[in-house]
Amino acid sequence: MESSIFRFILRHSVRQQIVLTLMTLASFPFLYASLDLPKRIVNEAIAGKKLPESFLGFHLDQVSYLFVLCGLFLTLVLVNGAFKYVINTYKGRLGERMLRRLRYELYVRVLRFPLPRFRKMSPGEIIPMITAEVEPLGGFIGDAIAIPVFQGGTLLVYIAFIFVQDPVLGAAAVSLYPFQGWLIPRLQRKVNQLGKQRVRAMRQIADRIGETVSGIQEVHTHNTASWHLADLSHRLGDVYRIRFEIYQRKFFVKFLNNFINQLTPFFFYSIGGYLVIHGQLSFGALVAVLAAYKDLAAPWKELLDWYQQKEDNRIKYEQVVEQFHVPDLLAERLLREEEDVPFKGSLSFRNVAFGEDGGSPILEGVTCDIPLDGHTALIGVGSGRDELAQLAARVLLPSSGQIRLGERDYAELPESVTGRRAAYVGATPYLFSASLYDNLVYGLRHRPLRENGGSEEAAERRKKRMTESVLSGNATDDVDADWIDYAAAGCDGPEDLKTRILRVVTMVSLQDDVYGMGLNRTVDPERRPDVAARVLEARDAMRATMLNNPDLGRLVERFDPDRYAANATLAENLLFGTPVGPIFQTDALASNPYMLHVLDKVGLTDTILETGHKVAETMVELFAGLPPGHEFFERFSFIGFAELPEYQGILARTAKEGLGTLRPEERTRLMTLPFKLIGARHRLGLMTPDLEKKLLEARHLFASDLPADLKHAVAFFDPEAYNAAASIQDNILFGKMVYGQAQVQSKVGRIVAELVDQLHLRDTIVEVGLDHPVGVAGSRLSAAQRQKAALARALLKRPDLLVLSEATSGLDTSSQTKVHSAIMGERKGCGLVWVLHRAGLARAFERVIVMKDGRIAEHGRFDELNRPGTLLHELVTAE
Amino acid sequence: MSIAEEVNCLRRIPLFANIDTAKLKLLAFTSERLSFRSGDILFEQDEMGTCAYILLRGEAEVIVTGPGGPLAVATLGSNEIVGEIAILCDVPRTATVRASTDLEALCVPKDHFLQMVADFPQMGLEIMRSLAHRLEQTTARLREVLAAQAV
Repeated sequence: MESSIFRFILRHSVRQQIVLTLMTLASFPFLYASLDLPKRIVNEAIAGKKLPESFLGFHLDQVSYLFVLCGLFLTLVLVNGAFKYVINTYKGRLGERMLRRLRYELYVRVLRFPLPRFRKMSPGEIIPMITAEVEPLGGFIGDAIAIPVFQGGTLLVYIAFIFVQDPVLGAAAVSLYPFQGWLIPRLQRKVNQLGKQRVRAMRQIADRIGETVSGIQEVHTHNTASWHLADLSHRLGDVYRIRFEIYQRKFFVKFLNNFINQLTPFFFYSIGGYLVIHGQLSFGALVAVLAAYKDLAAPWKELLDWYQQKEDNRIKYEQVVEQFHVPDLLAERLLREEEDVPFKGSLSFRNVAFGEDGGSPILEGVTCDIPLDGHTALIGVGSGRDELAQLAARVLLPSSGQIRLGERDYAELPESVTGRRAAYVGATPYLFSASLYDNLVYGLRHRPLRENGGSEEAAERRKKRMTESVLSGNATDDVDADWIDYAAAGCDGPEDLKTRILRVVTMVSLQDDVYGMGLNRTVDPERRPDVAARVLEARDAMRATMLNNPDLGRLVERFDPDRYAANATLAENLLFGTPVGPIFQTDALASNPYMLHVLDKVGLTDTILETGHKVAETMVELFAGLPPGHEFFERFSFIGFAELPEYQGILARTAKEGLGTLRPEERTRLMTLPFKLIGARHRLGLMTPDLEKKLLEARHLFASDLPADLKHAVAFFDPEAYNAAASIQDNILFGKMVYGQAQVQSKVGRIVAELVDQLHLRDTIVEVGLDHPVGVAGSRLSAAQRQKAALARALLKRPDLLVLSEATSGLDTSSQTKVHSAIMGERKGCGLVWVLHRAGLARAFERVIVMKDGRIAEHGRFDELNRPGTLLHELVTAE
Repeated sequence: MSIAEEVNCLRRIPLFANIDTAKLKLLAFTSERLSFRSGDILFEQDEMGTCAYILLRGEAEVIVTGPGGPLAVATLGSNEIVGEIAILCDVPRTATVRASTDLEALCVPKDHFLQMVADFPQMGLEIMRSLAHRLEQTTARLREVLAAQAV
């Protein structure tokens, strides 16, 4: 990467810079003419001093001449405007392209960093460099060449003009330029240093903020917020000090510049005046030189401004780029080159060492062969086991020594070989913020394989994007194409891959988790009519099961259009459906005009208001004595602590004046409460048979009167139809679990699971569960689920060599055993290296490598090594 | 049965006899009402307890499994509390409790119970009184047994 911004600009935009300069120069005559023309309009046309005989062969009188010149003036204004527009657009586009190129190149560098580098560099530092810090460069790149050429040229022309008028005065006019040229950079240098300090300080702040976000749990656990606040305040103080000093110096430079610029006229007036008085200089010449000098000031000022801007941007560029100049960057071809080298025979380590620069070696003198068609266990004490595993998977590169794969140097193989034929899973794998499915097929996305079809228009848009990418030196692979390498997973297409994923998910004991996720997800019946149809089958089967077995029937209360569901909220009973979007959410019902209209029509408004009043009374009675923030508010109360006083006020007023005098918003407040009532759960004695009857009437009216524009806002419970807004489980139950039945959740869960298995629906639900978003860094999964998902991801791509390092440490013992034997079975006859924390588990492996403090202590078959006196024996007996 | 009735039920339990109606109402409101069929297990001996049960209606047997097999040691009726020891001090259940008729019970989760004691110290006093009373009874019983052995 270019070490200076000018080299970067010249290398990637020399043609554009020339075009820009030419355009700027071409605009100059027009600009000059538009400045000159007003003078002619005033002097020639209006004053009528020098009226030309004819203009372009036409004879003109004074008025026509005036209009011709004014017309010309307007034309010039338009031409100048057009030049400005074109040049600015060109500059802007050039700047954006160059910025895009720079950011892309920096990101490429991040991908090429050797892994140990990331222990020294935090995302908090890297991210602002690529995003915010380089941002101003785009604006400067367009001005980098054109401004100094243009303004410098103008300046030279003026200086030449003055010299022609009078060499002495000319010399006087520029006499202070060398001094300024010497002084300003010196003053600027200090400003530059401060600028560098400022950037460093800001990076540290970014880093600290990043650390606080990552370690927020620790901050709260250890009550260290004050310490962090003090630290940040201190750092912000540093930045303030630096910035303030920069301002002081910057404005001092400006002041000095202005002063020196005014100094020259001082000499003109005093010396020139003296010369004129003594008749050694003509008065006319002095006036001309003074006018010319005035014109000099503008380009000179522009040049100095440009210089300051240039210094600013030069430093920004250098400071960013130097961070990305890492000596042992991975060779670019390792990332780019396409090759296919099958993993056969063994991986031979010859005298391999690994350590971080400066530190003591973590791994030393490792010489061994790891067979690529058998299972190797890595056990031992002290450091080095995980590093050896990572070296075997080529996640790390050896510091010295060599690893050979057949004839090839393992470190020189491109990632298209090692990243597809080897796989490594560590103890804390990373999942990307996407669906579980996307994370599982992540290991199959190496290159775009099949172009995304779509309309002609889309193809045209894609082509345009690609052209633009080329112009900025960016990647031209289409992110929307199909990148999944089905063949690598041993599949012939998407359907086949699904089957394979289900198998792999089962292998790592993730299927129950995914099944649970699937049950709680919604499915769009238009996109997946097959799933919806089968879920409806399950619903019917569920109904039959419950009818046949009254004991089970007591666990679920089915939705019946003609019966009030005691286990559902009053709101659900009224809607008899699931709200879609915010319109019919429970909290919004009391202020929803349509709902109020329905309640009015069946004569329920007053009843709901009275019920709300009673609920409020009970809530105030029950919860008023509790301290603020008490968990009961969150879990049980219909009214939050903050709202209590308000309700107390309403209740006090109604006690005196009755419900009739309530203000509209107070009515709404009270009427919101009953909608949350669940008769069977809350047992407040408010749900009377009469009220339930009325509510059923309201339910029917709500559905029949529903205006067309509100139809999309609710998905009705229909025994015959799939409810797109409800989860699969709710669709199967088509009802509510009954409150007060012991262990109702697990009992119903078991019944549903049985039905699902009978109808062979489990795979479909697991498939839906694969769409579950895993959250940032997989945070919506448990640690064990993340490990299982990472194992599945590695197994799915069928690597020749699978390297696992404590990859099942988060699993409970019984799942661990299951997963271990499943993986051993799956990898029969294939390369497997496994770092084990229990030496006894190595018994099942063909070869064992026993490490001690970064060196190989023993190496061979388990039975051979397991005799008194060996480290292996010691480790096994210690368990 | 509504909360008002549950409160009446709670009131008849000596442990709660002297506690304000409002607080009993809160306890009832925050507790889950559970129905058990005859033969259902409320909890098993030796598992860790998470809640105490207040029987509202129906009967339950207390069964202790010793070296000689399971043995029914007591029968509980409505207005009785069972399982409170496990939630006051973290010990496994000392017996199995099984519904001997259809049963309605109020399940008071451990954390709510302790929270209420913390919020209303007077409830803590009542519990102390009731436990001291039981300890006194047990000690008296022990004395009787020891006296019988001495003879």
